[in-house]
Amino acid sequence: MKPILLRGGRVIDPGSNLDALRDVLLRDGKVAAIEPAGKIRAQGAEVIEAKGLIVAPGLIDIHVHLREPGHGYKETIATGTAAAAAGGFTTVCAMPNTVPVNDSPETTRWMQAPQRGASARVLPIGAATRGSMGETLTDYAVLQDAGAVAVTDDGKPILGDAIMLAALQAAAKLGLPVIQHAEDTRLTGGCSMNAGPLAFRMGLRGMPIEAESGLVERDIALVRKVPNAHLHVAHLSTAKALNAVRAARKQGLRVTCEVTPHHFALTEERIGHYDTNAKMNPPLRAEADRAAMIEGLLDGTLDAIATDHAPHAAHEKEQEFDRAPNGITGLETALGLAIRILHREHRMPLAKVLALLINRPAQALGLKNCGSLAAGSSADVVVFDPEEKWTFRAADSKSKSKNTPFDGWEFQGRVRLTVSQGRITFRR
Amino acid sequence: MAQTRKSSRKTPPQSVQPTFFQQPIHSGSAISAGDFSVAEVRRILESADALEKEDPLRRARRFAKRRVALLFYESSTRTRTSFELAAKALGADTTLVSSLSSSIEKGESLKDTGITLKALGPECIILRSPYSGAPYLLARATGLPVLNAGDGMAEHPSQALLDLRTMLQFLGIRSSSVNEQTLRGVTVSIVGDILHSRVARSNALLLPRLGAKVIFCGPPALLPEIAAQMGPGVVIERDLETALRKSQIVMMLRIQAERLAGLQIDLDDYRRRYQAIGERIAAHAPKALVMHPGPIIRGMEITSEVADGPQSAIAQQVHNGVPIRMALVARALGRGKGGQR
Repeated sequence: MKPILLRGGRVIDPGSNLDALRDVLLRDGKVAAIEPAGKIRAQGAEVIEAKGLIVAPGLIDIHVHLREPGHGYKETIATGTAAAAAGGFTTVCAMPNTVPVNDSPETTRWMQAPQRGASARVLPIGAATRGSMGETLTDYAVLQDAGAVAVTDDGKPILGDAIMLAALQAAAKLGLPVIQHAEDTRLTGGCSMNAGPLAFRMGLRGMPIEAESGLVERDIALVRKVPNAHLHVAHLSTAKALNAVRAARKQGLRVTCEVTPHHFALTEERIGHYDTNAKMNPPLRAEADRAAMIEGLLDGTLDAIATDHAPHAAHEKEQEFDRAPNGITGLETALGLAIRILHREHRMPLAKVLALLINRPAQALGLKNCGSLAAGSSADVVVFDPEEKWTFRAADSKSKSKNTPFDGWEFQGRVRLTVSQGRITFRR
Repeated sequence: MAQTRKSSRKTPPQSVQPTFFQQPIHSGSAISAGDFSVAEVRRILESADALEKEDPLRRARRFAKRRVALLFYESSTRTRTSFELAAKALGADTTLVSSLSSSIEKGESLKDTGITLKALGPECIILRSPYSGAPYLLARATGLPVLNAGDGMAEHPSQALLDLRTMLQFLGIRSSSVNEQTLRGVTVSIVGDILHSRVARSNALLLPRLGAKVIFCGPPALLPEIAAQMGPGVVIERDLETALRKSQIVMMLRIQAERLAGLQIDLDDYRRRYQAIGERIAAHAPKALVMHPGPIIRGMEITSEVADGPQSAIAQQVHNGVPIRMALVARALGRGKGGQR
């Protein structure tokens, strides 16, 4: 690989509080040098002019569904990570609800094999229970050795008190986070949207807020019992669950959480006339909960923005609302939404916005070798134009699936270049 | 409601193809009672009156040999028969596809069934589905006007319109005078399984816009508090006798056993509190019109004494189904492709 010199960009590395004009030299898959503009001389390097552009560590998405193995018609690791690269991501954590469920070291290794053709670093998350059936723990040490960075049964909750306690205990010994899909499924059977007046009017059964907050509260009570336990709450969507996390953190418990762009960008009203591209789990909530997500991002309770990228084929989504699967794609719109809503609407400094997409998610899951531009770090970089206006078109997405509620949305701030481990994975 | 092709021509030409969920809904559709303007409601009622009075042979030339498809994923007696008779009375040919005798059983999606039906030439599809919102899906998939004959727990707009016609007849109000104040001072109690009722929802979306007050009455398990936020003009009253005393019109609903989804109801207690029995009606609403969209379960929500009694409008409601549905079919077929008026 030819060295790359990114010249004259505004380098924002939120993990090291750097926001200055710098040249960045990438060589042999590492950040070889980062120096004030004009200081680096690199013979034979490909020079990329970054004047007026922002250069940051590659974005990190700790919650994606790449659908392989098993559902290559929705997405493959190659297409999903191509979408990631187009969105500025260089590291993605792949959820285990594949077919078969990723509950084994073989599958965990298979997902990371070079033959998958990934355009980003894929960090698998192993199933917390065998087949994600919620009954028997998987072997966390073996999964960790194979490369798993956390355990979860995402798509489903780890529901039983005893099994969740056992999961927290087993994971704590290895320093692994347990990621909870917080949904008390005893309260959500047959439900397809948020509970409330809108669900009533639309004749749809609603998932109550308590189905999420109740399980988060239960999990926090369990975390108290287990020394060194680390609970990470996936796709948090309600003020009530957020308050529970806030309180737990004040008491010094290791509880982290993430929010999706759609849960801070949209409300249940987006469903309109039963648009299944606004159907996901947890569902879009009412305005008070959306506002609470913004608040949680501003005050730091929410550790990360994670997309919950969940591709589905058109024929699956073009169904009756109750029958369509949950989930939307999100890798190519996350940065645009974060800038549009957090930076431009809510005046969050750009470095703080980027932190939610870079070093803070890495810290939340304890990921190593990513999220920094310090010399010697992995050469994971995103270069974007903070001023360029553009319109997102689902049809142009790199993802195999086009199930997004953001088709036609206008954004300001567009990815120009993505470099993952020294290799250019996206360029416009 | 619908964005017509006509109106989209005013916007600058777009090179971008609309995605499935951005497809326009044909303006001849009748999917939600909330979509009709008051003026549109009046036109439909007037059209129903005119078509009912019209010479049958003349009427049958209006849409002679035009094609209308009925697509029924749930059983139905009144709605299916009256839509079919309505379309035939206008001269149209009808074809019925029901879930028990079609490729639906083989797993064909609603979208594909719609596309298949469209290829056979109907200009309008009448749909009944157990899934809320299904008519929007069919309308997007086919571009045809879709008449909603009941979708899940969501809506039954033709029922709400025929209920309105029945109420106006009882109150002696002419269709031509229907406006935002027409039902001012009129209280309609809808009693029973509101949670699962598409009839309750469509009536609650329609009647308050004509000035009526709607009381939902039922036990919490079948009538959650959030139902009161359905819209302006809708309130909850748990006590049937209190509701009856305030009402000029009482609409009884069946408990929808097929949609209870594990919900346990103490039926004896329900009957004691919410059954329409002769004494109760005589004591608290002796002059009220008693309605029921059917099917009625005698001895459960209503006794035979009330259902067959002098205050009952049940048969009149069924009768009004045909003229209202003639008006809806005529409205759907009377607009061109894409729904230009």
